[in-house]
Amino acid sequence: MSELTKTTLTRAELVEAYHQMVLIRRFEEKCKELYNARKIGGVYMHLYSGQEATGVGAVKALKPTDHVITSYRDHGIAIAKGSDVKRLMAEMLGKRTGVSGGKGGSMHLADVSVRMWGGYAIVGGHLPLAAGIALKSKYSNDGDVVLCFVGDGATNNGYFHEALNLSAVWDLPVVWLIENNLYGMGTPVEVASGQPELHKRAIAYGMQDFGRVDGMDFFAVYEVAQQAVEYARTTGPALIEAITYRYEGHGVSDRIYMKRVEEMRAYQQRDPLLIMEKKLRELFPDIAPELAQVESAAAAAIEEAVRFAEESPVPTAEDLVRNVYA
Amino acid sequence: MAERNIPMREALRAALREEMIRDERVFVMGQEVGAWEGTHKVTRGFLDEFGARRVRDTPISEMAIVGAAVGAAMAGLRPVAEIMTINFAFLAFDALINHAAKARYMFDGQFKVPMVLRAATGWGNQATATHSHTPEPIFAHFPGLYLGCPSTPADAKGMLKAAIRDDNPVLFTEVIALYPKPGLVPDDPDFVLPIGKGDIKRAGKDVTIVSYGRGVEWSLEAAEILAREGVSCEVIDVRWLRPLDLPLIFESFKKTNRCVVVEESLPFYSFGSEIAAQLQEHMFDYMDAPIKRVSAMDVPLPYAKEIELMALPDAHKVVAAVKEIL
Amino acid sequence: MAEVVKMPMLGATMREGTFINWMKDVGQRVQAGEVIAEVEADKATIEIESPFSGVLVEKLVSAGDVVSVGMPLARIETTNGGTSPAASPAAVAESAPIAPTAKPEPASALAAAPGAPAQLDPHLPDGVRASPLARRIARERGIDLRAVRGTGPGGRITKSDVERFAPAAVRQVAEAPSAPPRAPERALPSGEGIVHEPVSRMRQRIAARTVESKTTIPHFYLTSEVDMAAALSLRKQINEGLPDDEKVTVNDMIVKAAALALRKFPNLNSHFYGDTLVRYQYINIGIAVALPGGGLVNVVARNADQLSISQLAKRNKVMFANAREGKIKPEDIEGATFTVSNLGAYDVEHFQAIISPPEAAILAVGAVKQVPVVVDGEIRIGTRMKLSLSVDHRVSDGAEGASFLKALRELLENPMRLLV
Repeated sequence: MSELTKTTLTRAELVEAYHQMVLIRRFEEKCKELYNARKIGGVYMHLYSGQEATGVGAVKALKPTDHVITSYRDHGIAIAKGSDVKRLMAEMLGKRTGVSGGKGGSMHLADVSVRMWGGYAIVGGHLPLAAGIALKSKYSNDGDVVLCFVGDGATNNGYFHEALNLSAVWDLPVVWLIENNLYGMGTPVEVASGQPELHKRAIAYGMQDFGRVDGMDFFAVYEVAQQAVEYARTTGPALIEAITYRYEGHGVSDRIYMKRVEEMRAYQQRDPLLIMEKKLRELFPDIAPELAQVESAAAAAIEEAVRFAEESPVPTAEDLVRNVYA
Repeated sequence: MAERNIPMREALRAALREEMIRDERVFVMGQEVGAWEGTHKVTRGFLDEFGARRVRDTPISEMAIVGAAVGAAMAGLRPVAEIMTINFAFLAFDALINHAAKARYMFDGQFKVPMVLRAATGWGNQATATHSHTPEPIFAHFPGLYLGCPSTPADAKGMLKAAIRDDNPVLFTEVIALYPKPGLVPDDPDFVLPIGKGDIKRAGKDVTIVSYGRGVEWSLEAAEILAREGVSCEVIDVRWLRPLDLPLIFESFKKTNRCVVVEESLPFYSFGSEIAAQLQEHMFDYMDAPIKRVSAMDVPLPYAKEIELMALPDAHKVVAAVKEIL
Repeated sequence: MAEVVKMPMLGATMREGTFINWMKDVGQRVQAGEVIAEVEADKATIEIESPFSGVLVEKLVSAGDVVSVGMPLARIETTNGGTSPAASPAAVAESAPIAPTAKPEPASALAAAPGAPAQLDPHLPDGVRASPLARRIARERGIDLRAVRGTGPGGRITKSDVERFAPAAVRQVAEAPSAPPRAPERALPSGEGIVHEPVSRMRQRIAARTVESKTTIPHFYLTSEVDMAAALSLRKQINEGLPDDEKVTVNDMIVKAAALALRKFPNLNSHFYGDTLVRYQYINIGIAVALPGGGLVNVVARNADQLSISQLAKRNKVMFANAREGKIKPEDIEGATFTVSNLGAYDVEHFQAIISPPEAAILAVGAVKQVPVVVDGEIRIGTRMKLSLSVDHRVSDGAEGASFLKALRELLENPMRLLV
C-alpha cells in the first residue's frame, strides 16, 4: 500500500482518475454486451476490466504531451489518455467516425490527437515503435516521455529483448510498464518465463528497475510511475512490473479463465475500483455525492457513446482504399 | 549541371549526404553505419560530418532497427535505416510488413511513416544459401510499402533521394555487385527520379526484356549480342517493384508483342510471375509468344563456384530465352 | 448427379451461334444422343444432342441468347447414372468440343492435303496453334487461321505469319461476322417509313466473304456455250423408271462433268493461301443452294468425280432439302474445293459468279434454252446452255481456264462419258 502523503494529485484530479476507471469498466461491460449481441464483430476483443488501476495510474503520471503506446488490450489505455469514448465505441462498431475510421477495430485504437499511438496486435511489435517515438523526443530534445505498456507474454519474444536493449544503449526516454496479468493467453507466467519476476529483466539491459507494484492499487501504480517517468525524462529507460488481473480472460475466445474461480474471486475482492473508492472515502469523508455523480456520468457517457456509434455511418468503398499510402 | 563518373556506392552516399544536409529530420541508423563507415562504405565520413546523434550505430537487432525506424517516422523524423543485407531483413519481416506497411492504414491515416530501409541485395562470391537472396518480390507483395532497386549509379542517386523525400515507407535494395560499378551521376542536389517510374535502358522493337537491379546488366549484354544477329531488344528497367510501371511495360509490349523477364531471384511466385500475369491479363490480344522468364534455378545457392554459377542467370541464358520465342 | 450440357464445337470455325429453341421441357426425360435444342450458326441450324441420359432439370439459356462454344446450356439429372455410351459424363462435360451431331472432322481436308498449312488439333481453338495476337489479327481481317502456315516455335502461327498471309488490300476490309462492313461515314437513315433490322449472321458472313473475294482476288471471266441436246436426251433415258428421289437433274450432270474435268486441271481444284498453293487430291464440289428465307449455302458433294451420276443425284437431293429446311450440318458445307452456281432454274441466260475464297474458280451455269443455231449453213433449233467460269488470276491463266471449259463442254456434249 502506498502512502497517501506522497501523492501530488488534487481531489479533483483523483475524482477524475476514479471517473476514468469507472468509465473503462462500464465501457468494457458494454463492449461485452454488444459483442454478445453481435453488434461488435470480429473474433478479437480483449477487455481491460480488472486492470484499470494500472492503466489510469500510470497514465496519470504523464504530461499531456507525453506518449503512450500499447498492445491489443488497448481500450482502457485509450480512455485513460483522454480519447473520446464516442469515437472509441464507434471504432468498436466498425464505423467511419471511429478513431481509426472503422479500419482498426478493437485491437487498433489510436488517437494521435492525445498522443495515444495505438494498440498493436502482434505481441511485442509495438515495443521498437515505442523506442522510435522515444528516439524522436531525444533527437529533438523536446522533453517528452513514452509510456509503453507491455503484456507479460511479450517479455518472451525477441522484440522485447531488442527494443529494451536498444532503449538502454541509446538512453531513450521510455518507461516500459509490464502489465503482468499472470497469463499469456492461457499460459501462466511461471510456465512461460525462467525468471517470473519480470521486472528483473531490467538488470540484463543495465536499465533502471522500478520493481514490482500492486497493479490493482491506483495510488501504488501512480506513485512508482511518477518516479519512473521522471527518471526516463532525465536519464533513460525505466522498467516497472505491475501485478494485475483480467476479469474477462485473454479475449473473447478464452474458454478456460472462468475455471480459475477462486483466483478470480480473490482478485475481485481487491478490485481496483473498490480500492480506489475506499481510499477516496478515507481521504475525503464528504465525497459520496461526487462518487455517485461519477457513476451516473459514466453511465450517461457510455449510453451516449453507443448511440453515437450506432447512428454513425459505416466506412465506404473510398475508405477501403484510402490511406494505404500517404 | 555537371555530371561525375562515380561508382554506385558514391552515388548513394551523395544522395544520403545531400538529403541529410537538406533536412535536419533525416538521419541514418543501422549496423556499422558509424565508426565502420557502413559495411559497403556508403556512410563513409558521416560520423565525422554529422555526429553520433544523426549517425546511429545499432546493435545487431533487425526487429528493433526497423521497428524503431517506424516509430521515429510516425513521430515525425525521417529515418534512413540500414540492414546490412536483405538476408537479415527476414528477421524484421513483421516490423516491415505488419508495422511499417500497415500502420498508416490501420489507424486510417492518423500519421505517416516516412522511413527508408536500405539493404544490400543479391548473390555473389560464394556467399552461400543464407546470404545470397534477392527476395524483393516477397516484400513487394504488400500494399503500404514501396520497393526500389536501382541498376545504375545515376538511378541510385535519384531514386534514393525520392525515397527519402517521400512520405511512405520504402524498402530500398542495393545490388552488392553493382556498388563498385561506375556511371555518370548528376551533381544536382535536387536530382530526384520519381517513385514508380521505370526506364527504357535500350530501345528496340522485336522483344521487350523486363528486369531490375542486376538483371538489367545481363539484359543489356544479351541485347548487344542479339543486335549482332539482327534482333532488336527493348530493355526496360522497372526500377521500382512497387509501384510498378505497368504502362511502360504495356506500351513496349504492344510494340514488340514478346517479352522475356529477367530476374536474379527465384522463379516461383516471382517478379517474372507478376509481369507475366499482368501481361496475359491486360495484353492478351497483343501476345505473339509465351512470356519467358529467366530466373535463378529453384534451389538454394551452394558454395562451390562451378555449381553456384550454374544456378544463376546470365546474359547467355537471356539470349537463349529470347531466341526461344522469336 | 446433375451433369451440365455445354455448347459443343460444331465445325472447326464456329465460335458461337444464336439459341433458337428447346425441344424438351424441364422435367422431361432425355436419352443420350437425343436432340434437346436447336442453335442457329453461321449457315445452318444445328441440333444439340444431350450427351447424357436423365431428366432435364434446368435450362440455362433461352431463345435469342448468343451461345458460345463451351457455354453451359442445360443441366441433366442423371438419376440412373445413364450416360452416353461413348464417354463418361465427366469426360463429356469436360471436353466440350466433342460435337454430338457434327463429329469432328477426323483428318481434316486441309490437314490431309500436301503442303497443308497446319495439322489440326481438336484441343486447340480453331484446331491450330496460334498466338493470341495472331488470332486477333486473323479475326479482324477475316482470315481462316487453318489456312495459315505457322513458322513460330512448334509451328505456332504468329503475327508475321498472318500479316504475310494477308495481302495489304485485305487490311482495309473490316471483316468480322459481328461487325458487318458498313461505311462509317454513312449515317443510318431513319424516320417515318424506315425500319432498321439487324443484318443476320448469314448475311454478315456472305457480305464479309464476297467483299474479301472481290477486293483480294483478281477475277477473270470466260464464257462458253454448250450443246445440251445429247445430255437432255440421256437424262430422259436414265430417269425413265427411276423413282422421283433418284431422278437425275441437269445440274447433277454439270456437277459430275465439272468434277471429271477438274481431274485434268488441278490448278482450278486448288486453294490459294498467299505463298502457298494447297492442292487437293480429291474433288469436292460446292453447290450453291438458295434458301427460302433468303441467303444461300454451298452444300458439298464430296468426291463428286468418283460418285455415279445416280448416287450424286440422290445425295444432292437430300442435301438440298436439308439446306432448305435449315437442317444442314456443318460438315455438309465445309471443304469444297470448287464451286458450281446454277441459276438456270431462274431462266438466267448467263452470269458471272464471285469466287468463294480461298477457292480458285467458280462455275456459273445459265438456263438450257432452245435457240436458233446455224448448222451446215442452215438455221435450226438447237438446245444450248451458257457456262461462265470465274478464275483467280493468281492461280491460273486464261488459256488454262479456256481449256477447262472446253473439256467440260466436250463431256456434256458426249454425256455417255459421264456414266463411265
